[in-house]
Amino acid sequence: MDFFVGIKGKDFVMVCSDTSASHSIINIKQDEDKIVPIDDHKVFCIAGEAGDRVNFSEYIIANVKLYALRNDTELNTKSVANYTRGELATALRSSPYHCNLMLAGYDKETGPALYWLDYLATLNKVNTGGTGYGSYFTLSLFDKMWHPELTVDEAVAMIDAGIAEVKKRLVVAPPHYMIKVIDKDGVRVLKTV
Amino acid sequence: MARRYDSRTTIFSPEGRLYQVEYAMEAISNAGASIGMLAKDGVVLVAEKKITSKLLDTHAVGVRREKMYRIDNHIACSVAGITADANILVNICRLAAQRYLFAYQDPMPVEQLVRNICDTKQGYTQFGGQRPFGVSILYAGWDQHYGFQLYQSDPSGNYGGWKAVAIGAGHQAANNLLKSDFKEDLPLSEAIPFLIKVLAKSMDTSLSPDKVELATVTRDPDSGKVVYKIYEAAELQPLLDAANAEKEAAAQS
Repeated sequence: MDFFVGIKGKDFVMVCSDTSASHSIINIKQDEDKIVPIDDHKVFCIAGEAGDRVNFSEYIIANVKLYALRNDTELNTKSVANYTRGELATALRSSPYHCNLMLAGYDKETGPALYWLDYLATLNKVNTGGTGYGSYFTLSLFDKMWHPELTVDEAVAMIDAGIAEVKKRLVVAPPHYMIKVIDKDGVRVLKTV
Repeated sequence: MARRYDSRTTIFSPEGRLYQVEYAMEAISNAGASIGMLAKDGVVLVAEKKITSKLLDTHAVGVRREKMYRIDNHIACSVAGITADANILVNICRLAAQRYLFAYQDPMPVEQLVRNICDTKQGYTQFGGQRPFGVSILYAGWDQHYGFQLYQSDPSGNYGGWKAVAIGAGHQAANNLLKSDFKEDLPLSEAIPFLIKVLAKSMDTSLSPDKVELATVTRDPDSGKVVYKIYEAAELQPLLDAANAEKEAAAQS
């Protein structure tokens, strides 16, 4: 089961995902990067059915790129989030994409943003979010620790605490995780656990 | 000779011309003028109304304006040409802007709107067998990418970004006047009288509020919202009187 969490800080967004790729009871690999870049300042964390995840994310990313090429300007995070939601909504009543996802981005004008979407085309702008079993353990923890002026170190501490909780309490807890941060300088890997 | 190649809209003539498109532009040069210019703090659009009659019921439901239309909160336009064609195009503009807003929850950038309409207009010059739209449009708008912008499109589907431009009757004279007298970064308070003066020069008769439409696109400094304002008769009268007086004085001297 995929584990994704996201935390919006003062001037950054931090996302964490587990790095196992598995099919039923087999672990195919333990170092899979599941945080997919959309452009220099936005990423997708997509969980759910195997084919839909990749197909949907590639479809959205291609269309975002097409927009940028056609119009010589990049979409901001809000626009990508709403566009993505629209695609989920359109497909919902015929052949739905079974994925839950988070979109994390940084815009020069408006700063960091984190969006939570689910397979029913729900869209919410959030300060903290997560998908999968892991989120059940981490969200209330984040509620306690989050505040608007969050720094990178505080956010890492939050994620570390979340991972510890998941490892302790979730039967099928993934062993390895990757933490990425997005700010004015783009997307970078902060650490792997 | 040309007659053989001009009744079908979507074919070239032997000289490589699209006659129907050219005829459409001819129709526009006989229609009421529209002139626009970029000012430091906004865009000004002024137009000459051709349908003037005391019997016109301006409070009737429907199209109160002949020349000026609002496309979205942040984009307005002025048309020149066949009014019925213009209505269709303005509706297409409005649909395009709302579709974009629905998909992205962000206002459509002005140039993208212009390009979208122009692609539609171009379609009528290449396939379908239908005549082109007999309308040229001046688009005035603001977006966060390029600030205040002014664009002009014609029946061929071509468009350009302008600091100042005129379409419709007398547009050559008006454009020449703009070329020689246009000053960049004029405040709105000076741009409006200037543009009215240009309109006066390209019109034969003297100006009055029932013959002129004036609109501005500006931005409220506190809220950042784009403001589209149509000048009604009361505000228009003093501006037109000033322009008429200037015209008189210039004619007499």
